[in-house]
Amino acid sequence: MNDSALSDIKVLDLTWYIAGPYCTKLLSDYGAEVVKVERPGTGDPSRQLGPFPEDRPDSEAGGLFLHLNTNKKGITLDIKSEFGKNALKELVKRADVLVESFSPRVLPSLGLDYKDFREVNPALVMCSISNFGQTGPYRDYRLSELVLNAMGTCMKMVGQPDREPLKLGGSILQYQAGVLAASATMIALYGAMDGQGEHVDLSLFETCLGSIDRRAPYLLAHQYTGQKEVTQRVGGGRGGIMAGCPEGIYPCKDGYFDVAGGVAWWEKNFALLGKPPELADPVYGTPDGQMDPARQDEILSVLYPWAMERTKQEISKAAEEARAAAAPLYSTEDLLKDPHFQERGSFVEIDHPHAGRLRYPGAPFRPALTPWRMERPAPMLGEHNEEVYAGLGYGEADLARLRSEGLI
Amino acid sequence: MSDRPAGRKLPLTGIRVVDMSVVWAGTFTTMAMADMGAEVIRVENTRFAPYGTRGIMLRPSDSLLKTRGMATAGYPDREAGERPYNRAAMFNVHARNKLSMTADYTRPEGLDIVKRLIEISDVMVENSAHGVMQRMGLGYEEVSRVKPDIVMLSMPAFGNTGPYAARVALGRHLECIAGHTLLRGYPDADPTWTTEVYHCDAAAGAMGMFAVMTALHYRRRTGKGQFIDLAQVETVIPQLGEAVMDYAMNERVQTTTGNRHPFAAPCGMYPCQGEDRWIAITVYTEGQWDKLCRVMGNPSWARKPSFLNRQSRRRNQDDLDKHISDWTRGEQDYDLMIRLQAEGVPAGPLMDERDCYRDPHIAERGFFEGVTHAECGTHLYPGMLWKQHRMPGSIRRPPCRLGEHNPYVYKELLGVSDEEYARLEREGHIGMDYHPSIVIHGRAST
Repeated sequence: MNDSALSDIKVLDLTWYIAGPYCTKLLSDYGAEVVKVERPGTGDPSRQLGPFPEDRPDSEAGGLFLHLNTNKKGITLDIKSEFGKNALKELVKRADVLVESFSPRVLPSLGLDYKDFREVNPALVMCSISNFGQTGPYRDYRLSELVLNAMGTCMKMVGQPDREPLKLGGSILQYQAGVLAASATMIALYGAMDGQGEHVDLSLFETCLGSIDRRAPYLLAHQYTGQKEVTQRVGGGRGGIMAGCPEGIYPCKDGYFDVAGGVAWWEKNFALLGKPPELADPVYGTPDGQMDPARQDEILSVLYPWAMERTKQEISKAAEEARAAAAPLYSTEDLLKDPHFQERGSFVEIDHPHAGRLRYPGAPFRPALTPWRMERPAPMLGEHNEEVYAGLGYGEADLARLRSEGLI
Repeated sequence: MSDRPAGRKLPLTGIRVVDMSVVWAGTFTTMAMADMGAEVIRVENTRFAPYGTRGIMLRPSDSLLKTRGMATAGYPDREAGERPYNRAAMFNVHARNKLSMTADYTRPEGLDIVKRLIEISDVMVENSAHGVMQRMGLGYEEVSRVKPDIVMLSMPAFGNTGPYAARVALGRHLECIAGHTLLRGYPDADPTWTTEVYHCDAAAGAMGMFAVMTALHYRRRTGKGQFIDLAQVETVIPQLGEAVMDYAMNERVQTTTGNRHPFAAPCGMYPCQGEDRWIAITVYTEGQWDKLCRVMGNPSWARKPSFLNRQSRRRNQDDLDKHISDWTRGEQDYDLMIRLQAEGVPAGPLMDERDCYRDPHIAERGFFEGVTHAECGTHLYPGMLWKQHRMPGSIRRPPCRLGEHNPYVYKELLGVSDEEYARLEREGHIGMDYHPSIVIHGRAST
């Protein structure tokens, strides 16, 4: 399609689980032709992960897999076989980009590392995604979302001081690495238009350490403040990282809301609370007033009854009028039913032969000329074998033989 | 900082970015672009300080510096110094490799200067609330009139359309809306105990990089620039895809499971020797469970029928976690990581900042880079988000001080004469100091 940003890019996708597939999903959703290579028989292990419709396991209907593999073509190939190695090199010849997420020793042990691929395609941009990078003492280490949270300095400050530290939700850090891998791939490709190719070495661990939120900023702050202090866990009503009151998550009539506090927001928060006369003294907005526990008690003694009389939607509306930074805590159901996201079309429906018609998360950004698209659902295992292998010169008889030998 | 031979090509060499981003999300986008060789010019204004950008407060009080955590008080030696806005860690962490120029764009002449810069640029990035750029006279219609093939990334909290477009939000509020806040936290505690995080800034900032690159790629092919509407909140939603799909499939509303996993068991944080030392362990397979048992010395409790397989271990996790914690309490966190990883069990310590600067893997990969800054001294900074073999990024310049690159931008890029430069300096466009009346953020009062 001419109006897709990346319609001239061919991507060979040797990734599984989350980070790699999210990277290649972004490329395919903006128009690149992505051919996902899966192992014969079982495919991407994320096919076995839920959620499943009605909780009935079905490797063609796993929610995670369906979400992460939209618009891609799927083939199967045993890349450890001689046939597989040769076919892969043929596919690499025809690709602009290769994204892979094997652990660092696997491809070199098969004679399939960047150098081998460069020989057949010197212009190739290869993005290698791994837990800890292609080099270094931890290069062979295993990772889970929890271990990534712990080592990536994400957890140190999250939770109650006297309990175990807490991770972020779901698999969010692996998705984040996938976005950065897509950015890295596009930047490398932009620089490699001279035909010289490029190899990107992206470590999930480093994408976490180097990201904004309180990871990289705290690493620098630690250097700046003299290497004495490390972050502590904070939480609970008065504990946010911004100095002042109100600051944090509070209960309201039908749930909870979060409001940002401190000197910078006091005027807006005072307006949000309806300018109560008992808080009219400007001292409440001064740095000392915002930090004084007695003053904080006075502010909270106004805030709690005010909040308990209002629903989270009423508080959102009041915050919009007061220009305060506050928001309700939504469940996924609240989110999917919210009028803002309905009007923007933030979720799109598409049919799938096994999973049926479902809503999926939609465009993460909207370019005016080159829109995000949802043209087809995730591929079934080996769905595009005929089409893709025909392009390499294999006919029906060849495919039947390869299939019987378990090679595709 | 590496002393690269001048003119060495990086992937984005030759791309100029007008950077009007604030706080963290947009600034993270332009950080990666600058790291990868783009000439990123921050457009700043000595008479207007945007919220939470060069510090939570432009001039932090002593009480803030003494009492608060590192995000708000991360200044060299905890001192504000003469120009605190050049010393805040929350700004300097992303400002490496960027340039800073100043112009009072609230006045016609300053606005004209910004437009002259836009005319010779390729990309413009902003993440103010919807409508701010239009009111300033720098909406896409005007920007594209000045530079028809520009790529303009506009990334307000809720996007540029829809009923909430005008709403004010920080990253943490967008996580509340996306459902993230209720999907983390202790399963047994009230959500008011849930610590705010700002992952949305990272999510939106990273997506901004990808968005700009898709448009630059398209521009190279077609010659056309374009406007990109990026709602920061819509970059977090797909990162919680399993919860969305579960609701779409089963109308199930997922809730927090703390540190636990939908099928792995054990999966948790276990206390180790020392103060606030913990190890994260995740066991996905029966093979990994056997290996964990071996490292624990094959204790008899591990052979109980309640821990026989993953399903039964998941059902008896409270009991399982108690047994494992009893063992880990006597162990040292790093040592345990090495022993468990040698057996192929995913495990790693809870790392804090000090641990990172001592970590042998981080050191061998050269993640931290030494940087000398004229008003901060020499420190190690978190470095590149990824490595590229042929065109490696690096910290080539220290974080930009306010107005530091005015001579380059005005004289070399815009061709302003020395006399004109002196006049613009007198008239408050060019400078290296914020107006003394600005203490927190916002406009100069005189």
